[in-house]
Amino acid sequence: MANQAKTELLLEITGIHKRFGGLHALNDVALSINKGEIYGLIGPNGAGKTTLFNVLTGLYQPDEGKFTFKGIDLFRQKPNVVVESGIARTFQNIRLFHNMTALENVMVGRHVRTKAGVIGAVFRNPGTKAEEAAIRARSLALLDYVGIRKHAEEHAKNLSYGDQRRLEIARALATDPQLLALDEPAAGMNGKETDDLKRLMEKIRADGVTILLIEHDVKLMMGLCDRIAVLDYGKKIAEGVPEVVKNDPRVIEAYLGATPD
Amino acid sequence: MFAINKQSKATAFIGMAIFAVVLAVLPFVMGATLGNTWIRNLDLAMLYIMLALGLNIVVGYAGLLDLGYIAFYAVGAYVYALLNSPHLAGMLAGTGFEWLLHMPLLVVLPLAALMAGIFGVLLGSPTLKLRGDYLAIVTLGFGEIVRLFMNNLDRPINITNGPQGVNLIEPVSLFGHKFSQAITVFGIEFRNVHLYYYLFLALAILIIIVSIRLQSSRIGRAWVAIREDEIAAQAMGINTRNVKLLAFAMGASFGGVSGAMFASFQGFVSPESFILMESIVVLAMVVLGGMGHIPGVILGAILLFLTPEVLRDVVNPLQDKLLGERVVNPENLRMLLFGLALIFVMLVRPEGLWPSKRRKAELHEQDEEAAAAAAAKEAAHG
Repeated sequence: MANQAKTELLLEITGIHKRFGGLHALNDVALSINKGEIYGLIGPNGAGKTTLFNVLTGLYQPDEGKFTFKGIDLFRQKPNVVVESGIARTFQNIRLFHNMTALENVMVGRHVRTKAGVIGAVFRNPGTKAEEAAIRARSLALLDYVGIRKHAEEHAKNLSYGDQRRLEIARALATDPQLLALDEPAAGMNGKETDDLKRLMEKIRADGVTILLIEHDVKLMMGLCDRIAVLDYGKKIAEGVPEVVKNDPRVIEAYLGATPD
Repeated sequence: MFAINKQSKATAFIGMAIFAVVLAVLPFVMGATLGNTWIRNLDLAMLYIMLALGLNIVVGYAGLLDLGYIAFYAVGAYVYALLNSPHLAGMLAGTGFEWLLHMPLLVVLPLAALMAGIFGVLLGSPTLKLRGDYLAIVTLGFGEIVRLFMNNLDRPINITNGPQGVNLIEPVSLFGHKFSQAITVFGIEFRNVHLYYYLFLALAILIIIVSIRLQSSRIGRAWVAIREDEIAAQAMGINTRNVKLLAFAMGASFGGVSGAMFASFQGFVSPESFILMESIVVLAMVVLGGMGHIPGVILGAILLFLTPEVLRDVVNPLQDKLLGERVVNPENLRMLLFGLALIFVMLVRPEGLWPSKRRKAELHEQDEEAAAAAAAKEAAHG
């Protein structure tokens, strides 16, 4: 970090290990994400990208290492604690609440920032009513933000594939994250949808949310990310600005195999 | 959404109004036409409605399959029985705890609900990591454990009086009036079955309102989210442990209220009333009626409780007429017909008799999902 004055550290992990039986899925992984950047994570299939995502969002508990976010220790914390601290995610294989409407999906995302309990639900006191109205208003605004407000009342499973991806992003944004982790959001999208998605991500970043992104679409990554880390066999083999990473011989080897010479 | 909510609120209100008017005169109509047994049956049906609505929170909303639900009914029943019968009174005499006895109904009922809720959390907490079949088996075990405790807690200290059960339970007394005595208002005689009927009706309506309000709340959404996809619910920051325990506690507390009323209504409780079969019947009410849908669950409770009673009245005359003699044991024939009816309904309407839209969608998911997936693929590659 040469220009320390400008960059502010948001998330930092060091020495993260995760083993599944004999498989060393993450081997001494370290990375740091600065506030306001779009940080890309690439690597061949099975490199450990999604495992790292699951560690960063509390779904997996790492075996060793350090994990801090905004200076808060999140090592081996439960997912709800991680979300409360300000990290939200989407899933590689979309995991919406399929039989809830698009609006209800986003409203579930507000759960962590609201308080109403059973007493409030039963007695419907003014505070609870106001909170419920605020949840609804905010959720509709978020649907608008990602451009699918007209589908608010449709069941999530009836949305088009691209809209489901957008809905997942809206639902994640509903938790008021500072870091939004997107797991292959462009998978299965056509060129136009990918372009729209890119604009959406840039808009989200411009609104002050840092983005961590796994993606296979190299062109998209190069044009979008400020920095990229490359994982291979659970190890980080390169990190830096896209131009440098792209030409790193280890990265080329990981993707194309060893060059004979 | 607002419009839909208001509409469903209005329909629910109208439905309840009709419910109230029809049911207000029902015990007298039934008493005049079918006899006293049927007023009793109505009372018991109300208790089953409360039970089914309680289990609906756990199974229908949160999607946690519970096969030991009757344990909470038992807890409520024993709380009421012990605090309102000579059995515990004898033990407490001279210990300074006599104030526990004969508390007013408005204290005993919340207490029964609270105790059942505590048991709900106790039984729920070890099962939090389990799902589906495994959860069902563990809860089944818990249900049996509670029954066995009640069967055996007559030694070393006689708390539950074991298999003999607790008898001489006092009837409910409300506004200084004991329900065992008939009361005459405007020349109409209200006997104890009538009085219990109105009390149970009021409690059932209360439980319905609580159910409706929970369903469309932040907590209700969290329950459905867990049922739909637990991992995604976690990733949305829902504390799945607490929210699941809340479902167990809420469901159990409804069962506790119903159990307490059962104890006062019968005047006698014993472990025999809380066998596994009872859990299964209540679960069948929820599933057959329409999981997660309040009107459906109520319908399921009424049908499943009343059908065997109707068959009881029908089977013997039918045999006499058709065969001239009673060939089959009426009890066996009754259960056989009942079982066949259940199988038939589940084959024809797997989503239940009166399902919610969401539940219906879930059960027809496969065909729809396949179509949606195919369409999505086409769009992606097209």
